[in-house]
Amino acid sequence: MADLNVGDAVPELKVTPDKYLPHRYAGASGDFNPIHIDDEFAKAVGLPRNILHGLYSMGLVARANAAIAGGDPRALKRLSVQFRGMGMPEQEIVVSGTVIEADEGRVAIDTVAQQGDTAIIKNAEAEVQL
Amino acid sequence: MTLKTDAVGKEWPATTYQVGREKIKEYANALGLDNPVHFDLEAARAAGFRDVPAPPMFAVVYSGPALGPVLFDPEVGMNFAAMVHGGQVFEWGEPVCSGDEIVTTPKCLSIEEKDGKGFYVFETVSVNQDGAEVVRGTWTNIVRGV
Repeated sequence: MADLNVGDAVPELKVTPDKYLPHRYAGASGDFNPIHIDDEFAKAVGLPRNILHGLYSMGLVARANAAIAGGDPRALKRLSVQFRGMGMPEQEIVVSGTVIEADEGRVAIDTVAQQGDTAIIKNAEAEVQL
Repeated sequence: MTLKTDAVGKEWPATTYQVGREKIKEYANALGLDNPVHFDLEAARAAGFRDVPAPPMFAVVYSGPALGPVLFDPEVGMNFAAMVHGGQVFEWGEPVCSGDEIVTTPKCLSIEEKDGKGFYVFETVSVNQDGAEVVRGTWTNIVRGV
């Protein structure tokens, strides 16, 4: 995908995290905050249910952007995100992006992670070396 | 109420993290990554890595723990019950591979009030065993009702 130009869309990433994904991500990341892994606790503090880790959703944004460079872990140079709506397990996440800068093999991509009507990550900007 | 800003500019002790292949595999699986370089040493070497490389967002695994004592520091004085992770930036340098020893130093960049919320911004700088910077993280925590 060496010929990305400003205005081009990057391929969408669609992922539906299963019920146990927050537990696996907790183990992988070391973040065992009970709002992510304990449905009863989450409800007791006013959440609709246990919610996804924001950094997991950011990981999907990173994955979608690195995918334009074949998933090369060296390709992603910078990623900036704002966490907004809460992400939920068992609902499809759609990550989509648009090229906003393209210069000598380095592209900047404006990215959003959407779950239904909720933008769980928005104003994400990725810099990828192609 | 005036926001407590004593911790601005403060640095905390560094933490050290030893990167291993199985942890990289576990993290890559949780994110659904399928590039074989994260799972197979031969594939990693064929792609020019000295050992199995970590995915970029593995940065949270080796740099996140440095913030543990920071968030609990009474000088920072954050109200956890009202705290959310508002934003995150990572800027990557040298790739991180299994066998690396990563040292992360945390610092408080700013504490500011906007629209009745406290914005706490911390930075972590992570370097490898050769002193090369591998990632710089900027972590923004937002506390409601300050």
